[in-house]
Amino acid sequence: MSVNEGKELRIIGFLCNWCSYAGADTAGVGRFAQPTDLRIVRLPCTGRINPLFIVRAFMNGADGVLVSGCHPRDCHYSEGNFYARRRLEVLKALLPVIGVDPGRFEYTWVSASEGQRWRSVVTSFTEQVHALGPMPSFKSGTSLDMCLCQMDQTQVL
Amino acid sequence: MASSIDDLKSAIKKALPDLDMVIAWAAGPDPLSHTPLFITEEADIERIEWDPRCSQNLAGYLPGLRGKKVGIVVKGCDARSLVELLQEKLIDREDVTIFGLHCTGAVDARTARKALGSLRGLESVSIDGGTASFSVSGESKTLPLAGVLQKKCFTCTGADAEVCDHFIGEHGQPPQVTDIPATTLEELQAMSMEERLHFWEDQMSRCIRCYACRSACPLCVCQDHCAAQSREPHWVDQTDHPREKLMFQAIHALHTAGRCTECGECERACPMGLPIMTLKQALNLSIQDLFDYKAGTDPDQAPPLFEFREEEKNIKERDW
Repeated sequence: MSVNEGKELRIIGFLCNWCSYAGADTAGVGRFAQPTDLRIVRLPCTGRINPLFIVRAFMNGADGVLVSGCHPRDCHYSEGNFYARRRLEVLKALLPVIGVDPGRFEYTWVSASEGQRWRSVVTSFTEQVHALGPMPSFKSGTSLDMCLCQMDQTQVL
Repeated sequence: MASSIDDLKSAIKKALPDLDMVIAWAAGPDPLSHTPLFITEEADIERIEWDPRCSQNLAGYLPGLRGKKVGIVVKGCDARSLVELLQEKLIDREDVTIFGLHCTGAVDARTARKALGSLRGLESVSIDGGTASFSVSGESKTLPLAGVLQKKCFTCTGADAEVCDHFIGEHGQPPQVTDIPATTLEELQAMSMEERLHFWEDQMSRCIRCYACRSACPLCVCQDHCAAQSREPHWVDQTDHPREKLMFQAIHALHTAGRCTECGECERACPMGLPIMTLKQALNLSIQDLFDYKAGTDPDQAPPLFEFREEEKNIKERDW
């Protein structure tokens, strides 16, 4: 990590076990070169994804979040990704209102055999997040931090 | 309105013997906002008040009273919350007797107090056309609606209770407000993403985490089992960092996504006056575009996140 400090951004990938995780594996087995900013969290299904996972990731300092699952109609559990599609579309409306650029979050479908597609998804999403730069952070801390900061200032005076 | 309150009282008097209780409003300690009144005896009926100060949405009490025969008095927006509760099967239609009213607009106690100065001797409030009249110690003070109404009333989509058993008074139009101030959502749209984040940071640094927004929300039916209090997963931690407070607001907005009827209770209850309904309004706008759906309008429809279509008409996925 230290070697890449400043060069890499923190991108979180939520992948479904049955398609996209295997697709990423296929890309690895095929030795496709791809950016290494993505940290993958494996989930049973995109239907398992609570949109709050993504909000929490951004609140904890992620610079981008990518969700990927089975193509619609190919879900291992029949309908998980149909629910996910609706939830993630709604989430897309919330993020820009709280100040997260819409380009920092994408969802897509990659099947187990689509190693090449996985590579192009990761590459273009990473480029997109790099173009936006690191996620802006909160200026202040807790109320205690603010009190301590004010105390320091008064002591200086 | 004077006649409709008498009609309301007589309708409740007639229905009360068959009900366990009726929920309405009565004068409270604050002269600008009436408080809920739980009527079990006929003598209490005389205490009922009905004017623009009846701002609290009473529908929020219903899920907790499930199993009892309850009568409830509702404005247009309260009726939409009630319909949403029916849609989610959180209350039973046959147990609820709804007394619907036409609302002329609900006063925002915070801004009205500022506009009026002293509240001493405030006797009555009425709204007619584009102005609100406050009768203070026998004198009448007239103020424009844009300065004294709750923000939700500016975008009111129906002032009459659409679903009800007894409609009291006459049907009418939502309040006609001129010179509506810019909404927080419009202000946000003019900002850059980073400015938006800092806008919420400033707002949330004032939040005292009292969770009044959650307690007041008629759709927050989890109450004591709220995700905000869960330790596993630990969605929100205990530090009073604006990040954690914003996280809670995101939880509230996403848990009411496709369900929120914009009754405005979260903002009304907020002791710090934070514009937290903005998040829900933004989601509602998008849900209307995506699913052509408005919460709280049709008791037989399922909320959009409770179901799906194999082919989504309005969802255009990104082509990689």
